[in-house]
Amino acid sequence: MVPGAARSGAGRDDLSTLNERPGESTDKTIYEQVQASPEFADLRSRLRRFVFPMSAAFLVWYLAYVLLASYAPQFMAIKVLGNINVGLIIGLLQFVTTFLITTLYVRYANKHLDPAAERLRERIEGAA
Amino acid sequence: MNAIAQAPVEGGVGNPVLNIGIFGAFVVVTLVVVFRASRNNKTAADYYAAGRSFTGPQNGVAIAGDYLSAASFLGIAGAIAVNGYDGFLYSIGFLVAWLIALLLVAELLRNTGKFTMGDVLAFRMRQRPVRAAAATSTLVVSFFYLLAQMAGAGALVALLLQIPNENVLGQGIVIAVVGILMIVYVLVGGMKGTTWVQIIKAGLLLAGTAVITVWVLTIFGFNLSALLGQSVSANPSLTTAAGAEKLLGENLLAPGLQYGATATAKIDFLSLGLALVLGTAGLPHILMRFYTVPTAKEARRSVVWAIWLIGIFYLFSLILGYGASALVPGGAQRISTAPGGTNSAAPLLAFELGGEILLGLISAIAFATILAVVAGLTITASASFAHDVYANVIKKGETAPDSEVKVARITAVVIGAVAIAAGILARNQNIAFLVALAFAVAASANLPTILYSLFWKRFNTTGALWSIYGGLLSCVLLIVFSPAVSGRPTSMIKDADFAIFPLANPGLVSIPLSFLLGIIGTYVGARHHVEIAKYSEMEVRSLTGAGSEKAISH
Repeated sequence: MVPGAARSGAGRDDLSTLNERPGESTDKTIYEQVQASPEFADLRSRLRRFVFPMSAAFLVWYLAYVLLASYAPQFMAIKVLGNINVGLIIGLLQFVTTFLITTLYVRYANKHLDPAAERLRERIEGAA
Repeated sequence: MNAIAQAPVEGGVGNPVLNIGIFGAFVVVTLVVVFRASRNNKTAADYYAAGRSFTGPQNGVAIAGDYLSAASFLGIAGAIAVNGYDGFLYSIGFLVAWLIALLLVAELLRNTGKFTMGDVLAFRMRQRPVRAAAATSTLVVSFFYLLAQMAGAGALVALLLQIPNENVLGQGIVIAVVGILMIVYVLVGGMKGTTWVQIIKAGLLLAGTAVITVWVLTIFGFNLSALLGQSVSANPSLTTAAGAEKLLGENLLAPGLQYGATATAKIDFLSLGLALVLGTAGLPHILMRFYTVPTAKEARRSVVWAIWLIGIFYLFSLILGYGASALVPGGAQRISTAPGGTNSAAPLLAFELGGEILLGLISAIAFATILAVVAGLTITASASFAHDVYANVIKKGETAPDSEVKVARITAVVIGAVAIAAGILARNQNIAFLVALAFAVAASANLPTILYSLFWKRFNTTGALWSIYGGLLSCVLLIVFSPAVSGRPTSMIKDADFAIFPLANPGLVSIPLSFLLGIIGTYVGARHHVEIAKYSEMEVRSLTGAGSEKAISH
């Protein structure tokens, strides 16, 4: 990704309603400056490094579960403990992994994303 | 108890007067809250986003209240009672889906948008065409979802107020009352009032289902295996409405009762599973809830709270479902033939355990559920029309906020009236596919564009339009030509057969198609200077929260 590539100074979007606050309109380049900074690149890669592999992992795990339920019902019906079978256990494990990923992400974001995001935000809003 | 149960109307239980009384108390309490909340309802940010003043936990409870519709509450418990394990599969898709919202959407959306999904999709695109497209898909998704909720109200009325389906006037009046109450909540309370209704409802729903869950588990000495065993032995088989004999027993514990019959049914289930897991993060009424908190960090906390509450609720509904088939006299057979069909599982179980009082509470919660969900849908659809279509497409962004909110209120009344009429017309229709359709449209028309906008630099207006309209059209067309609409005894139109598409759920085709169209459109279309410059702003804002909409303090 090339930050701020091919920018045109005439590229103000006068159709936008999202960009009405003073500050942003007088010094628009602050976003491009920040986007080009190594701190921002670091924040972006830390976010993506966590959320992309994690999303891929839980989607694969969920689709594997759906496929097992559709195409291997006999396997899912194998009893493990009394009437509790493999299917129920894998199903409940989907709950466990969902809660687990949620907790892991919150810890990761608090530690590795929030402080960096806050520093950059202060820099932008201070400059505006 | 069985004799009393079947005395008043065939298969009906409980005391309708008590059911109405408890629901009336809920309405009175919530109306007071809504009127109090309406004191600070002046600006557009107040009306659409509750002044962005809710905390993460409050919003998380409200999200649970918005998400756990009657389909979740009554539908999943009923599906587990009658189809066993296959009902449980639904709830897992509905829960896992939240990880997409948590990891990829909620915080970035909160940081870049203002009131609607269209704000984010159009942020770095040409405003008018993209907003029009976003509003179109918002209105379609919300309308299908709304219709399913209102039509579901008819089935509930039959069961809980003992007004039979033949009594069109009686059921129509109840649906109209629900619709009018919903309009009052939305008009008076705006987003703040609607949010409080959802918070109160979620609290009642979780408390009510927790009581039943603990009650059922106590009966079985907190032994899940014993509960499952009783469900198996009490339900050897089921005679369906069509007269076919279905073997239950051990089959209740494994997948396959509902979806395992044929190769097509298996693919259909895969298609449904895909739509469920990818649809949630594209539902406009869920996305709009992220604007009611002050920061992205609070949006994250909302989703965390929502995931825990929704997950715990689905664990409860597993116990409710198997508990109903194990404990209700007559089991799955009686549940599937009671008024309201499989939706009756949770109410019948409540009656079996706690008699008229507990049934009355559960009935009131069921009505509150419909009310809270339709209010959330209505405010979302009206906000999208007023903010995206009226203010930005028609008036090109040159409106006073006051007139925008006025348009939103008028739209809410129109949507409410349409919902009442459609709900009465669709009373006895097979509408289950509408919720699946709403998820499929959300997953195909909305999610690809949301993800591309947030993460793909090259993405542009042409790609967004192709993806939104392509996903929307393919979804709706595939549904029209599917067995859900024609050609089967369970179809909406039984007497004709134009079902040339074999699956009832279009997601397996339309979701990948929409992702693909987004890519092709992007490379076909040109990038504007505006779009390139705006991408820097969008990316930096989405990750840092700089320049995001602030909370309003009154």
